[in-house]
Amino acid sequence: MNQEELLYAETHEWVHVESGVATIGITTFAAEQLTDLVYMELPEVGRQLNVGEEFGEVESVKAVSPLYSPVAGEVIEINTELPSKLDLLGSDAFGAGWMIKVRVSGEPDASKLLNHEAYQKQCAEGN
Amino acid sequence: MTDSIATTPLTSWHRAAGATMSPFAGFDMPIHYGSIVTEHNACRNAATLFDVSHMGRIRFDGDRSAELLDRLLTRRVSDLAPGGIRYSLMCNEEGGILDDVLVYHIEKPSGGRFHMLVVNASNRQKIIEWLTPRMAEYPDVICTDRTELTSMIALQGPLAMATVEGLFKHPADKLGYYHSYVTEQFNKPVIVSRTGYTGEDGLELITRADEAARIWENLMLAGRKHGIQAAGLGCRDTLRLEAGMPLYGHELSESIDPISAGLGFACNFKDRTFIGSEALAKIKAAPPQSVRVGIRVEGVRPAREGCQILDANEQNIGAITSGTVSPTLQYPIAMGYVAAEHSQIGSPLTIDIRGKRAAATVAALPFYKRNR
Repeated sequence: MNQEELLYAETHEWVHVESGVATIGITTFAAEQLTDLVYMELPEVGRQLNVGEEFGEVESVKAVSPLYSPVAGEVIEINTELPSKLDLLGSDAFGAGWMIKVRVSGEPDASKLLNHEAYQKQCAEGN
Repeated sequence: MTDSIATTPLTSWHRAAGATMSPFAGFDMPIHYGSIVTEHNACRNAATLFDVSHMGRIRFDGDRSAELLDRLLTRRVSDLAPGGIRYSLMCNEEGGILDDVLVYHIEKPSGGRFHMLVVNASNRQKIIEWLTPRMAEYPDVICTDRTELTSMIALQGPLAMATVEGLFKHPADKLGYYHSYVTEQFNKPVIVSRTGYTGEDGLELITRADEAARIWENLMLAGRKHGIQAAGLGCRDTLRLEAGMPLYGHELSESIDPISAGLGFACNFKDRTFIGSEALAKIKAAPPQSVRVGIRVEGVRPAREGCQILDANEQNIGAITSGTVSPTLQYPIAMGYVAAEHSQIGSPLTIDIRGKRAAATVAALPFYKRNR
């Protein structure tokens, strides 16, 4: 994924929409902040998600972090390999580290998401 | 972050080293410098340095200080020889735990002795407020909060003793476990104790605040060839959990008594009374309803504080107080309180981890014990 073409949630999820299907993951920045990942939980295929709804969680040695959907729609695919290969979130967060694919109902609301530049700015400010 | 956040004499060092900082008990403290697991493993295999300056250090001067502490603590202090250290509890009248503390009896090189309590950072103000009215009967005892005038550094790990070789005026190698002495580094006094909270061998150093950064740097330098690593509060928590050590605010609180917490060994009733002794004697006479246990959780998902513990019939029988994936053992471990009838080692439990069920068993504590 070209990071500059992605949209980002303030909660560090990235989303790429193509032909009505959104691919969602979390950023390298988020994975590095979490460090020492030990577990993750992803939703079932077929689940309907609203914008901002919790779709799973990722856990580090220290804490649990919820994952929020940046789009609304139906989960059509999950990355089943990922929970046993959490290293991918650090090494290839925008590629093999994708989490779920969602058939979006309508276009994502870009006004509620950040472009690459705005997201970089948020990270630089330490949020 | 609040306006009143306190710093330690080492805060700027932590920031310069790139630590992830977080407010803890009113202090700006390092959580990790990159990876909790890396720091955890360094402590188990080499040596680590922790800034524990946030912990409260309260000094008692005066001939009757042992008598005062005898009244306040669940263990006798008056028979603690100079150089000795004792783990003890401070309870309220009902037997609830106000804090778990270390009491030091320190002999000054210049002569003279004093006692010192090291208390949990989160309880420091509470303990000082608790002490104040109870000091009235002991006008000759002078109590001083030394926390901000001093710094406390924990050096922990199998190579901790090798790290300090040649560093102090009087070597630390003969120092017994739970003993302390006062020595010097570059003519500046340091209280050195063979104590810690990680399950490893090691030392805790109390220095003057303005000496802390220099001593810390010297320890980092001396430990370089041993693979020393600065470590934050994140791995301090995983280390103490593997070592089965309770933490105030998690396993211990004012609504928990020492008997249920499995700390009966730290309550000494023989020929003495102390605040809470009457209540504790009654609690001791009746078996506790709920007890602290170690728990091994099946699978890979850790149970966290607050997760409910269920029996085979889905009835609530307790709750998790601390939990993580053990970096040493590589599986989820936890501590919690369960109904006494489910507390035998090997008893099957079910944990409700945010709506999903995980199988677990009561495990012996500690989960990890170093080779001595």
